[in-house]
Amino acid sequence: MTNDNIQINSAAEKRKRISYGIALLLVGFVIYLLFGLNTQAGSLTTFGLNLTSSQAIKVPDLIVPALPAIYMMAAISVFAGAYQLARGVRSTGWLISILAFTFVVAFLMWAAQDKSFNLTGMLSSSLVRATPIALAALCGVISERSAVINIGIEGIMLMSAQAAVISATLTHNLYVGLIVAIIVGGLVAAFHAYLVIRFKVDQIVSGVAINIVGTGTTSFISSRFMQSAGDTLNNSGTFPIISIPILSKIPVLGPVFFENNLIVYLTIILIVVVHILLFYTPWGLRTRAVGEHPKAADTLGVNVYFMRYVNVILGGMIAGVGGAYFTIGSVGRFDEIMTAGKGFIGLAAMIFGKWNPIGAYTSSLIFGFADSLQVKLQILRVPIPSEFLLMAPYIVTMIILTGVVGRAIPPAADGQPYEK
Amino acid sequence: MTNVLELRGITKRFPGVLANDKIDITLREGKILALLGENGAGKSTLMNILYGLYKPDEGKIIVRGKEVEIQGPNDAIAQGIGMVHQHFMLVPVMTVTENVMLGIEPVKNGVILDKEKVAKRIREISDEYGLEVDPTAYIKDLPVGIQQRVEIIKVLYRQADILILDEPTAVLTPQEVEGLFKIIDTLIKAGKSIIFITHKLKEVLAVADDITVLRLGTVVGSIDPKEATSEILATMMVGRDVNLVVQKQPAKPGEPVLVVEDLFVRDERQHLTVQGVSFDVRKGEVLGVAGVQGNGQTELVYALTGLLPLEAGTIRLLGEPIHHTTPRNILERGVAHIPEDRQRHGLILSFPIHDNMMLCTYYKPPFARGISLQEKAIFSNAEALVKQYDVRTPSIYVNAGNLSGGNQQKVIVAREFSRPIELLIASQPTRGLDVGSIEYIHKQIIKKRDEGSGVLLVSSELDEILALSDRIAVMYKGQIMDIVDADKTSKEHLGLLMAGVHPSEASIKN
Repeated sequence: MTNDNIQINSAAEKRKRISYGIALLLVGFVIYLLFGLNTQAGSLTTFGLNLTSSQAIKVPDLIVPALPAIYMMAAISVFAGAYQLARGVRSTGWLISILAFTFVVAFLMWAAQDKSFNLTGMLSSSLVRATPIALAALCGVISERSAVINIGIEGIMLMSAQAAVISATLTHNLYVGLIVAIIVGGLVAAFHAYLVIRFKVDQIVSGVAINIVGTGTTSFISSRFMQSAGDTLNNSGTFPIISIPILSKIPVLGPVFFENNLIVYLTIILIVVVHILLFYTPWGLRTRAVGEHPKAADTLGVNVYFMRYVNVILGGMIAGVGGAYFTIGSVGRFDEIMTAGKGFIGLAAMIFGKWNPIGAYTSSLIFGFADSLQVKLQILRVPIPSEFLLMAPYIVTMIILTGVVGRAIPPAADGQPYEK
Repeated sequence: MTNVLELRGITKRFPGVLANDKIDITLREGKILALLGENGAGKSTLMNILYGLYKPDEGKIIVRGKEVEIQGPNDAIAQGIGMVHQHFMLVPVMTVTENVMLGIEPVKNGVILDKEKVAKRIREISDEYGLEVDPTAYIKDLPVGIQQRVEIIKVLYRQADILILDEPTAVLTPQEVEGLFKIIDTLIKAGKSIIFITHKLKEVLAVADDITVLRLGTVVGSIDPKEATSEILATMMVGRDVNLVVQKQPAKPGEPVLVVEDLFVRDERQHLTVQGVSFDVRKGEVLGVAGVQGNGQTELVYALTGLLPLEAGTIRLLGEPIHHTTPRNILERGVAHIPEDRQRHGLILSFPIHDNMMLCTYYKPPFARGISLQEKAIFSNAEALVKQYDVRTPSIYVNAGNLSGGNQQKVIVAREFSRPIELLIASQPTRGLDVGSIEYIHKQIIKKRDEGSGVLLVSSELDEILALSDRIAVMYKGQIMDIVDADKTSKEHLGLLMAGVHPSEASIKN
């Protein structure tokens, strides 16, 4: 029987190996056909490595002959595909990385031929754009690890964003804005928790309601009060960039990682802290137990309802920070529906990150990259309609949610109310 | 001898039900008290009160001579009371250590979980009581018997000296039950006191020092196991005389109904779990399929009923091949199926009884005319079947999920037997049922046999197989070890076959 199982497993492995191999070969040919044939021989692509505003030590820009580089990417992809077909690689992560890397690099070579493209700028903006997504994802992780689904993150972020900018403008203090945003996020999440834990309201219905209420009230307040009184209510300024001494002087890495504002740093800290809390502390053990098998936790004296309240509210507070990013963390003013689905993309990042804070952050970076790439390409006047470019982050979301890249298993009790 | 635990006058009412009515029980130090009762007799309610999951309406709990109030599991644990639940309270994706430490986590450096400390303690407990549990293993990778040991470790880790074991043998194989009894023995020697809840009479007689019998929420009486017999206990439990021995005439087997040749089946995870099985079932006989659970019986039944495709082989019903047809076609040819998991495959729990009673034939007259269902016919059919099969329910409009296990099984039996059948496939038909319902289901199966149907009975309860079968096939690792006549075999012989040993080989080795 064991032999037989090994054979069957190896058959499945073989299928997987062949399909990945063929995918890599195809990408190689697509690179050649789409980009190779449409690139002028002898044209150069300039990748800028310096930011004008940055304190980092300046380095010369990277100037690459476009066509040879594209051919090289096609060759790497084809070679990797052929190697995969012949020998097989264990890690699918590597294969997907090669696939994505060669395609994206070739695409950039083609798009930026004879032009200059600021690579450091794009990476830096990827990190910034990943921030609200990561915070939304982290809110989802904390909440769903205790088995409460919160799809109201979008609404929570909108309300926090507005509350942050109004309070910061009125008090002329950005920190007050941040704290108000956290409180608003916590309160809305507490309301969600109360409905779904105390009254066992369907978690999706409650989440949708929060989104609708969030959109409605913020749009109402915005059009009724904020537009007519822009300077007194809707002009807070933003958190300044904090350059970390010495580290920010490193070329490329410095401007990307060590010249950001408070909220970006706070996000990275929160990710690490929540990760440690979740997997290495009693609070985390109880949270995960409550999310997997609440009855088991209950029989050991863990208060299931209390754990869920705490987690949902903590999650809401983190989403509140995410909301604050949109206003006082980036533009200093509130616009209607300015979150633009980042809360939902955050949920996708949570799933792709397998309900794990660091995983969620990594996938948020992918979404942030897709988002910032889209903006750069519009500036470069790539011959692709801007509407299609705008879709990029959402298309990435959909591809990821289909489960093509590995199936994630949610906490076993996710979404189910607990009955004693 | 002191009493470590006394319950006095415990009463608990649920809306419309008196679950516990002035119950008194006494547990002596270092002894095993068996709490015997049918499903619904109030055993679980009583234990949940003792463990703090429910609050009693009246009555008091006295631990070591002192009256205590138990508000929640934490209070129970503080009083040294630990419970091993029937459905294990373990988180499958966590390790043994994590499951054991949950709720009382030791920390180092102020916040970080100290898993090493707990793992060390688990190894100590494990050695002390001969439990052999690896603290770093994940629960989902452990067999059921070991999972139960983890539950016991959880209780011991909390330094409980009063252990409640709720139906501990319900999910175990015979070998695992033996192992559990050894562990219980060690626990008693170490000075623990145990409440053993069960409805299995033989186990009670094997392990108990005292026996208290519950029926319909009240204590029927206590009895010394030395004076008790299975018959006396069964009568106390059910409230009337029960025939523990199934009355049946010798079989009059006719021509074969079902012929299976060289059957291979893969399970859902693509493992080849049935490997070259051949047998036949004749009219008017019961063929029992014995074997420890998980040796391919489930997949065999699924293949016969069309729920899993065959890898190879043939299945013939009355000479016609049925292995490439649909489940509906199979049941229209006269196959009745009492599935292993009645709640998942036998009933739609959220449907009322009357709809569950016609699930096999809903598309045919009299239940359907054209595209519309005929309520009148459906209701009268259900009323008649409920009466005929003695389903205890307030009405036919009650959801199947609200019935007790025994009554759920009666609904399935009623539905399957209400149409003309050639072959009955009954898979674990009495699992989790009380003595009264078991007696009833057994009678019905023998009745079908005597009416001339072929019966394929799959059960992991050897007693059941021996009581009902005319011939017995023993499955081991997807193959049939042997097919023997029921009246020419013994439990020991079957036990060896179930363990994969041919008795002739065993005697050669000796």
